[in-house]
Amino acid sequence: MEDFLEVIDLKKWFPGVKANDGVNLTLRRGEVHAILGENGAGKSTLMKMIYGLLEPTSGEIRLAGQPVHFRSPREAIQAGIGMVHQHFMLIPALTVAENVVLGDEPGGVNYNRREAVRHVRALSERYGLDIDPTAKISQLSVGLQQRVEILKAFYRKARLIILDEPTALLTPQETRELFNIVRNLKAEGIPVLFISHKLDEVKEISDRVTVMRAGKTVDSVRTADATPQDLANMMVGREVVLRIQKEVAKPGAPVLQLEDVKVRDKAKNLRVKGITLELRRGEILGLAGIDGNGQFELADAIAGLLRPEDGRIIFDGHDITHMTPAQRTERGIAYVPQDRHADGLVLEFDLVENTILRDFHKRPYSSAGILRRKPAEDYTKRLIEAFDVRPPQPARKAAELSGGNQQKVILAREVSRDPIMLIAAQPTRGLDVGAIEGIHRQLVRLRDEGKGVLLVSLEMDEILSLSDRIAVIHDGRIVDVIPGDTATREQIGLLMTGSRTNSEVASS
Amino acid sequence: MSIFADAQIWNSTLSMAVPLALPAIGGTFSERTGVVNVAMEGIMLMGAFFGVAFSYWTGSAWIGLLMALIIGGLTSAAFAWGAIRVSADQVVLGMAINIFAAGLTAFLLDTVFGFSGTPPTTPKLPNVSLPGIDKIPYVGQIFTNQSILVYVMIAIVILSHWFLFHTRLGLRMRSVGENPLAADTVGINVWRLRYAGVIIGGLLSALGGAYLSIGVLNSFSVNMTNGRGYIALAAMIFGKWTPLGSFGAALLFGFSTALGIVLQGNGVSSNLLQMIPYALTIIALTGLVGRSIPPAADGLPYDPKR
Amino acid sequence: MKALRSTFLGPIVATLLAIVIGGILVSAMGYNPFSVYGSLISGAFGNIPSLGNTITASIPLVLCGLGIAIAFQSGLFNIGADGQYWVAAAASVWVGYHFTSLPGWLHIIFCLVVGMLVGAIWGGIIPGLTKAYVGSSEVITTMMLSYIGILLARYLIEGGPMQEPGSNPQSPEIVQNTQLPYFNQTLMQSQLSLVAVAITILAAVVAWFLLYKTTIGYQLRAVGFNQRAARYAGMRVTLYTVIALCLSGLFAGLAGSVQMLGVDHRLMDGFSSNYGYTAIVVSLLARNNPLGVLLAGLFFGALTTGGQNMQIISNVPAALTDVLQGLIIFFVACERIVPQIIQWYRRRRSLRSGVAAS
Repeated sequence: MEDFLEVIDLKKWFPGVKANDGVNLTLRRGEVHAILGENGAGKSTLMKMIYGLLEPTSGEIRLAGQPVHFRSPREAIQAGIGMVHQHFMLIPALTVAENVVLGDEPGGVNYNRREAVRHVRALSERYGLDIDPTAKISQLSVGLQQRVEILKAFYRKARLIILDEPTALLTPQETRELFNIVRNLKAEGIPVLFISHKLDEVKEISDRVTVMRAGKTVDSVRTADATPQDLANMMVGREVVLRIQKEVAKPGAPVLQLEDVKVRDKAKNLRVKGITLELRRGEILGLAGIDGNGQFELADAIAGLLRPEDGRIIFDGHDITHMTPAQRTERGIAYVPQDRHADGLVLEFDLVENTILRDFHKRPYSSAGILRRKPAEDYTKRLIEAFDVRPPQPARKAAELSGGNQQKVILAREVSRDPIMLIAAQPTRGLDVGAIEGIHRQLVRLRDEGKGVLLVSLEMDEILSLSDRIAVIHDGRIVDVIPGDTATREQIGLLMTGSRTNSEVASS
Repeated sequence: MSIFADAQIWNSTLSMAVPLALPAIGGTFSERTGVVNVAMEGIMLMGAFFGVAFSYWTGSAWIGLLMALIIGGLTSAAFAWGAIRVSADQVVLGMAINIFAAGLTAFLLDTVFGFSGTPPTTPKLPNVSLPGIDKIPYVGQIFTNQSILVYVMIAIVILSHWFLFHTRLGLRMRSVGENPLAADTVGINVWRLRYAGVIIGGLLSALGGAYLSIGVLNSFSVNMTNGRGYIALAAMIFGKWTPLGSFGAALLFGFSTALGIVLQGNGVSSNLLQMIPYALTIIALTGLVGRSIPPAADGLPYDPKR
Repeated sequence: MKALRSTFLGPIVATLLAIVIGGILVSAMGYNPFSVYGSLISGAFGNIPSLGNTITASIPLVLCGLGIAIAFQSGLFNIGADGQYWVAAAASVWVGYHFTSLPGWLHIIFCLVVGMLVGAIWGGIIPGLTKAYVGSSEVITTMMLSYIGILLARYLIEGGPMQEPGSNPQSPEIVQNTQLPYFNQTLMQSQLSLVAVAITILAAVVAWFLLYKTTIGYQLRAVGFNQRAARYAGMRVTLYTVIALCLSGLFAGLAGSVQMLGVDHRLMDGFSSNYGYTAIVVSLLARNNPLGVLLAGLFFGALTTGGQNMQIISNVPAALTDVLQGLIIFFVACERIVPQIIQWYRRRRSLRSGVAAS
């Protein structure tokens, strides 16, 4: 088989971040080639460069032996690259055929609907996609919508298909059907680049696999020659984990008990599929998992922002399943949300207004519905000092602070309320090393004060460094709970992909 | 009821529907490409004034009509620039156009034509009775002695429907108003189509305005559109953002106005009848009967560079 | 101070730009722009009666503007203040002439309260609930209800239950002791009641206090800026959406009441006042700050009266002031182009210097 797509020492540097730092890849005709890597390993940056959404800093991409420089997806499409995005680029109000032919419709002035339907039906039959061209997108399931994306690529005469995390939103049945389609493509001689962090799927569908870690390609191997453990090791690396210095945990009474909790997200997809879990006072429980496996929906449900579909949430001995977010706050739940700009702060408010966001209705910050600025300002000053927020000016708008300082404000607000439990979702995302360390210290301090900390993070280092126990979530379920001090990256890496190891015997 | 037996009421319904249907279809073009357009009222006023002004200056109502279209087009181009290029708040911008146009046309009416307004000698567009059809009883009466723009409107309704739903460009325009990012990734120029949608909207609104000043009458008066641009907005929503629906709603609203005039003598308040379009729009929006849902990206600016 | 300057620099530049374009327009029509603007200014502020007229004209603009500002601060667009104004006006007038045996001060308060309530209901209930529960755009619902409100008020005096016997379409006059007092002859000429002025200033202070100093205002602004954060903080977003629109209608209703009690004294034809639209300009120009609304309202009141006097003195149509208004909003709305232009200019310059260097 000859090489169809070559990526040679490709680099993409953003200010402060080397998203891709030496990526090498060869894709041969008629092979299914998986790109495997953790979140943040640089997979999507690589795909964006191949698809013309980003321009490389250095390095080369060759298509059928010729160097190419795409400045837009349009040029990539014209060169025969088809991409199925994780988030579909479809128009729900239009039909399948209309979506497929859009931008390159049959007909002269008139849109030749009949020809479009005929063409799309023919394509659909040829690749075994089995889809009705006249159906509206809004009536189709996610799996069928994905096929429309694949059809779009073929309609544009794609010679290469990139599938970006294609199974993320699919049911197991739909996943099997997708794999059949991928096999059809392979039979037609069309190379497929399959981006995934799911080991089992990669094992099942790919001929070769390239593993990425920290912006670099680690190795490319024949899938058949590698065991899941090999792949997991390559994926997470073997560096020593720098664990933060901390005393041995002295877990106390349970503070949070989840009993078979099920949660749907805002789009009504079932994301948490029955979780039973316990968090004790004086411990940090790390919730590890790959993005999109329901961990953030679970966090929202504990904080009261999403209503559980089923199950019970017991907090400090009380059933809080049906309480409002405000009531839960009163009971002593603090929450550092994943997206600090969208949820945690009102960017247009100043720091004083942001620090009282949860307590504005209480004394001394207000009485009889009237805000009292002075106590709020004093309180803010104290927090600024205690958490070293810079610049130390209470009247600054939150939007004017750096990300690290914004996060300090949120953390300060949440933990200074003397909560019983803190949910910290991605507390250090996008922060520099110094800021990360400061926030980690705060989490350990809370633990030592006897509070329960639920740390939800996509960063394995963060989980390993802080957690007393680690629960690994996959596909809305807890795969396993293991002790933090003996956990290894390999072990967690494998669990995150949904495969159980033997260690469960030891931990339970 | 005897009122309905009289073809006259249908004749005036059709005539009253013109200055609603044209801007409503214009608004449909704009909003289908994703630009919320409340500027129909102002652009109608511009069309109405400049139509009559140029008709007077050149002695030709046709040149007046042409200039109405040009100036309406330019006004909507300014609106489009603000809404698309600058990503300004589209509703605020539309209000600005409306207030500006009301002021400018009143100002120019006074300064150019003076106290007495546009002279009575100003030419107007011809009225036409369709040969053949006017011989048919009843139906003939409906189409007797209507402004030529009534027939133009009927043609525009059909053409717009064909254009939006049966041409390649129409499909692309709709896609841009639904999901501009998806359209962009398949090589469609989002901004260009949005400009086109807004400017087509401006042309049709100006045509509707010119109908008032040189189609029905041959004069302009201050604030002559009298809120028709806003009723057109209602008609567009009630017609579910389609040309045929807009036309149907315009007929319904035109009919309620025509009925109001007829019933005024019978002690039924025209004020109450005039509420019908607005009330229907609220009902349509809130989904009590067949909910009207706007294009998904309506009102959201799109920045191709992200 | 610097923040204040950058906040209001935009509106000021927009206003100046509009004045320049307006000047070009009047020059093109053969007038001397300096004398035109001179007569506009002296018509608004030149002597006591015109100053009085300016203040009288600004009162409904300020009150409606406050309502619109509250909606804007809560992330909502109340485009239908006109209808809220007229429905409330009709209700207060009815209360004003229907009850005759109440003591004056109580009767006045009664009229104002009824006006505010009716305005709040008209502006808040349907648009608020439909926005909160089915997500209908409040822009459209307030606009449609505005027209319905105006038609309703017109109906009431054109053959409806509030028409005074006789041929004119108007309501009976409200009883003497509900009419806000003028105190002296000069003020009476300008129809300027100091009570109305006091109510207006008080309303602005209350609106300011409400928005910035109370927990209600805090929550309104939080919901307006960031609904998700508001929900995260435990606030009831749907409730505050309804409250915001009700408050918005309440101030527009107060505008109608005060205007009836202080100036018109009865409901009569003349429903195309467009206070609602001008008040949007007022609020935008004031950056939705209630105290700024006071100033911006005065500015547009001055434009209105100045424009009328300008028409008499220099024969330039008063509609010129509408042209200025339209241009001001256009420029304020397009303000965000300015950083883009600066960026473009810088890039071009750095490109040039780069070329020169190489």
